[in-house]
Amino acid sequence: MQVKENFEPVIVAFCCNWCSYAGADLSGTNRLNYPTNVKIIRVPCSCRVNPMFILRAFQKGADGVIICGCHPGDCHYTSGNYFTRRRITLLYSMLDFLGIERNRTRLEWVSAAEGAKFAATMQQFTEDVKALGPNRRLEDLRCRKQ
Amino acid sequence: MQRIGVFVCHCGTNIAATVDVKAVAEALGHEPGVVISQDYQYMCSESGQELVKNAIKEQKLTGVVICSCSPRMHENTFRKAAASAGLNPYLVEIANIREQCSWIHKDIATATEKAIILGRTAVAKVHLNTPLNSMESPVVKRALVIGGGIAGIQTALDIAEAGFDVDIVEKQPTIGGKMAQIDKTFPTLDCAACILTPKMVEASQNERITIHSFSEVADVKGFVGNFTVKIKKKARFVDETKCTGCGLCTEKCPMKKVPNEFNMGLDNRSAIYIPFAQAVPKVATIDPNYCMMLKTGKCGVCSKVCSAGAIDYKQQDTFIEQQYGAIVVATGFNPINLDKYDEFAYNQCPDVVTSLELERLMNAAGPNGGTLLRPSDKTHPHTIVFVQCVGSRCDDEKGKPYCSKICCMYTAKHAMLIREKYPDTEVYVFYIDVRTPGKNFDEFYRRAVEQYNVHYIKGMVGKVTPKSDGKIDVQASDLLANEQLHINADMVVLAAAIEPDKTARPLATMLTTQMDTNDFFTEAHPKLRPVESATAGIFLSGACQGPKDIPETVAQASAAAAKAIGLLCKNSITCNPCVAHSDELMCNGCSSCEKVCPYGAITYIDKEFRMPDRTTKVRRVASVNPAVCQGCGACTVACPSGAMDLSGFSNSQIMAEVDAICK
Repeated sequence: MQVKENFEPVIVAFCCNWCSYAGADLSGTNRLNYPTNVKIIRVPCSCRVNPMFILRAFQKGADGVIICGCHPGDCHYTSGNYFTRRRITLLYSMLDFLGIERNRTRLEWVSAAEGAKFAATMQQFTEDVKALGPNRRLEDLRCRKQ
Repeated sequence: MQRIGVFVCHCGTNIAATVDVKAVAEALGHEPGVVISQDYQYMCSESGQELVKNAIKEQKLTGVVICSCSPRMHENTFRKAAASAGLNPYLVEIANIREQCSWIHKDIATATEKAIILGRTAVAKVHLNTPLNSMESPVVKRALVIGGGIAGIQTALDIAEAGFDVDIVEKQPTIGGKMAQIDKTFPTLDCAACILTPKMVEASQNERITIHSFSEVADVKGFVGNFTVKIKKKARFVDETKCTGCGLCTEKCPMKKVPNEFNMGLDNRSAIYIPFAQAVPKVATIDPNYCMMLKTGKCGVCSKVCSAGAIDYKQQDTFIEQQYGAIVVATGFNPINLDKYDEFAYNQCPDVVTSLELERLMNAAGPNGGTLLRPSDKTHPHTIVFVQCVGSRCDDEKGKPYCSKICCMYTAKHAMLIREKYPDTEVYVFYIDVRTPGKNFDEFYRRAVEQYNVHYIKGMVGKVTPKSDGKIDVQASDLLANEQLHINADMVVLAAAIEPDKTARPLATMLTTQMDTNDFFTEAHPKLRPVESATAGIFLSGACQGPKDIPETVAQASAAAAKAIGLLCKNSITCNPCVAHSDELMCNGCSSCEKVCPYGAITYIDKEFRMPDRTTKVRRVASVNPAVCQGCGACTVACPSGAMDLSGFSNSQIMAEVDAICK
């Protein structure tokens, strides 16, 4: 596939309010740089992320989706991130079946104290998605902005 | 038709330096539904809020978007401002263009572009916001303090003083914690026991304080104002209500070869024991790992000598359940295990001790009755070497990356006390830096150097080797003189790093509070909310939050108490209205949501529905108890029919955000 030189992927990040969103804030407070491609949506818990939201993002032209939650065992709601882990595992197998690159979707645990990890994760994920090129398989062309 | 107001904050130069705020306000002004779009220097200031309030009134706004710092910072500020202008506070959305945009990006063009997208996302969401009303939930007027060290005791005393009942849960047979083991305190050289034990007695005599010693927290349920805690009272095989603490059993017990934890294993105690003379509660405890009666069924001496008949070999662990409005965590610290530090020969030579062991060696209630003697041959040491930062400020896997904060000061104290009591002893201190920020701290350290002639040498100790003549060879470098040193020492004292207590991690899981990578509890805000955890109703006291000396611990303990009292004073608290709700017409009663709910907030009710043909039909549908629901949203994803939704984070709102980002 021909990858344009200046391909800037659209990346949607779902961050749980208690750990990862706070981790993202911490990376901001510490002025830790990560690409502007990443746009964060705040959700109460990673288990609020319906796999439908992820598919919706791909349909609307996102090139990568990352879900961040508290580390297993540290969920503010006790068990929410365990549900996320299972749901995303199932979503992976469906995306595999559809032939969508595994690296476009990612689940990562980032605690409120891990600002550096958040920035590094976003940096890495953006590079991975850039390497994959634009999402053409799942994007619905009818949704594309004219 | 929606009438949305957008307000872009400069935050001084914090945002304005990397984001063209005027361009953001201009671009968002063209978004559908936006009737007013303004920028201002400091939106959170009095005049900034006034701007928002006036716009709400004049423009009859139905939604507000603030492009500013993180919602974790000022969401409440703007919600309150909106409420005072007559707009439902939940019609306010924040676009985080500081922490998640201006502070992390340097290029103005791309940062501005991102800020516009973030603003547009918030506008898309606010279009679908609905007014939400908070419910009230009652507050149980009782507090739980986990940990009975100086932090826990101080917190409990302060809460009791304010007129609320407090329970202290302590895992050891007595309260007192680490401070009870310390000989003297810096920088005043007060006797630790003399200032701690009156507080312990005060706690035990206060009728509002209940001490559950030798107990652990087994389970925590519920939420702020209404926690249900299960406390495990471990079997001590002695009836607490009958034991008078006379100590006869401990004298008569034939099993006397048990390492004494209170003296850091430097001497022995009996299998039935009272940790120390001033223990509170002063009740004997049988150690089941060593008691002959419990192990083999042959002995029973203690029960024969006990005139109160308090010994009960058949005692079992018991559980009690109690409701609490607030929980204060005061689990404290421990010195790290030095097994991995072979270079300091800690496990090979009994004369290499940790600082806490030295405290016991110098304490009048310690193994040598207060005379400093070498543990190996009980002779008086003439040369003592102190090694600083053992495991602190360490980059490798063995140690801790942080400064343990208290070691510089207690080492100065030890050095001074030794020189004071035994002027014939030479004392060397090897340090990386001497850190003495605190009231009268630097003066104290200088006294050790100038008045007491303690040899402070900047440099690290490379190797400690026990020699055959009983002496210890300390090989070190003097960085300032740039030379290698060999010191023929009699004792070596290691200032071991401190780490959070091991019970803190499982406790954090039970309390659903956050911890940092070193297992210290994370505070809600590092500067402005230092004694609250991010989980409402859980407060932090003492060294469980980070390394602290005694004055700081006491200050934080009282601060945590003040916060807990503030909560307990209220008769009810407003609940988060962002809770799940079920569309009864779509719900098919499958129980998927009920199974994933961690709080048991979902029940099923049989409800009568009117059918199109004018008959009625009874159907089983989900019903959410909004007082119990915490709003995690697990049920919304589990629901196969899409009947479950979460207020404030509804499916349509998140979809709208996704669409706005991808547009």
